[in-house]
Amino acid sequence: MSVSVASRRWTRSAARERKRRLVNVLMLSLTGLATLLALVPLAWILVEVVARGSSALSVEFLTQTFKPTSLGGGGIWHAMVGTAILVGLASFLAVPIGILAAFYVVAHPDSTLGLAVRFGTDVLSGLPSIVVGLFIYTILVIERGYSAWAGSLALAVLMLPVVTRTTEEMLRLVPKSLREASLGLGAPEWKASFSVMLPAALTGVMTGLMLAVARVSGETAPLLFTALGSNNLSVALDKPIAALPLTLFKYAVDPSKVRNAQAWAIALVIIVLVLVLNIGARLIATWRSRMMR
Amino acid sequence: MLPKLAAPRRPISSSIARALQHGDLAYQGLIALSALAILGLMVGVGVMLWIYSEPTRIAAGWSFVAETEWNPVGDIFGAAPFILGTLNTSLVALIVAFPLGLGIAIFLSELCPVQLRTLLGFVVELLAAIPSVVYGAWGIFVFIPAFVQPLGNFLMNTLGTPGRVPFLPIFQGPFFGASTLAAGLILAVMILPTISAISRDVLLAVPRAQREAALALGSTRWETIWQVVLPYGLSGILGGIILGLGRALGETMAVTMVIGNVSQISTSLLNPGYSMASVIANEWGESRTPMYASALIEIGLLLFVTSLLLNVVARLLVWSVSRRTPDAGGGRA
Repeated sequence: MSVSVASRRWTRSAARERKRRLVNVLMLSLTGLATLLALVPLAWILVEVVARGSSALSVEFLTQTFKPTSLGGGGIWHAMVGTAILVGLASFLAVPIGILAAFYVVAHPDSTLGLAVRFGTDVLSGLPSIVVGLFIYTILVIERGYSAWAGSLALAVLMLPVVTRTTEEMLRLVPKSLREASLGLGAPEWKASFSVMLPAALTGVMTGLMLAVARVSGETAPLLFTALGSNNLSVALDKPIAALPLTLFKYAVDPSKVRNAQAWAIALVIIVLVLVLNIGARLIATWRSRMMR
Repeated sequence: MLPKLAAPRRPISSSIARALQHGDLAYQGLIALSALAILGLMVGVGVMLWIYSEPTRIAAGWSFVAETEWNPVGDIFGAAPFILGTLNTSLVALIVAFPLGLGIAIFLSELCPVQLRTLLGFVVELLAAIPSVVYGAWGIFVFIPAFVQPLGNFLMNTLGTPGRVPFLPIFQGPFFGASTLAAGLILAVMILPTISAISRDVLLAVPRAQREAALALGSTRWETIWQVVLPYGLSGILGGIILGLGRALGETMAVTMVIGNVSQISTSLLNPGYSMASVIANEWGESRTPMYASALIEIGLLLFVTSLLLNVVARLLVWSVSRRTPDAGGGRA
């Protein structure tokens, strides 16, 4: 009697034990599966972009400007120049402000404004880029029309939180003693910041800049209301200007097959740029953290 | 000018002079100004959009969000189709991306060897680096014909056929490829890195002792994760989901290119739709009248307010976890 009860209990608990182990293995493998599954779209996009993009890519495509499809469709030189100007000018605007704001946050970490700014950068980086485009439209474009200036400003607003955040994190890693030593030697605070702290954090700031550039060089939505796009090669800052993502958008929704093929080639150019910047930033960061150790 | 100036003026201005001498005052002012600029930007966005949406705000008031008709020619502007479209696409995206993102976060924080964790995490986050417009092109030419079409047809012919027993109106036809479903699925891919990266960081911030205690009591790995680690990091994970939602709401180009851009209210995910961000991007060039432009700017204002609220809530949630555990042990027990 007692033996059978005990054995029944034993079988029951053995069954439960088996179930627990089964659930354990099952759920753990599901998490691994989810990770694999996430790699599918990434690999799929990269393979398609490389396969379809490389067939339309040529030296002429990169060096010619716009031509009608009846004349072969031309190239994207004007859009590459446009994107370089937009992103370059945006970096020029965003980097100084971003670095200075990061110095403020690091110098006053617990003050109300310091906390508010840290919070603000987080929130700003989550704002839809199209809203930023509309904002620049209302303050600049309504009065003065579409221009490269407006486009760069929109991109600068999008870069600002990325630059501030990464700079802030890197400045935090700089040993306090460096700053204290320079102040102790009588250096004014700005000198301690710019000649001691900033060089020590420079690689980190560079990676932040690279990530920010990677983020905005593919941005399309804010440019619709600001830079507008153009078929001409233009370097004037007060006129509408072409940009790679805008041209990609226009060509992808174009009914012409030639344009669609060109859209893939532009996608390849943008993807290569973005990947190089991202992987480069990651490599620099890894190299730097090894040096620190 | 006057010789008076040459006279010694040490007593009054010496403290100011000392402050100015080394440029510290200027430096402090400069960095504070830059910090304020970031906050000023956020306020500025809200204020400008509020000012320039005045025509429709005055003409329609709150009925703007409830009105279902969008007829620019007849000067009737209702945002309801776009608000619903944005909600639908974002919900589809969340339903798909949440379990996957959480799974990835668990795998990366609890199971994966440390050397592989950084690499895999980086690769998953590359999904966030791909520009929206490239997702859109991939959606039009590859994803819709190769995946969404077969899936949609299958759903339409099984669950979405009126008269058959499990009938779900959300899968009713007609279906042409460009649809709420297509937009939602692409959004799912786009917000996956946001959800997985934030959840992973939150899980890594869960103290090691929590895991060790659960394992020592005889829990399996999964029971430790499910009953101890996840509840501990719950608010942070919730924050990650809300941030993902925020990203889905504002995503523009990819959605514009695959959603079909038809302003209608439909129960079916297989029908074409419209979203708040995509109507702004798509109809901007056509907005000739001040009223039309104002309506689009007001949709932008709604988008701004929604994403601002979501971001604030999400950041507070994520902060609450990382603040609670200053000495984050993290990783495998």
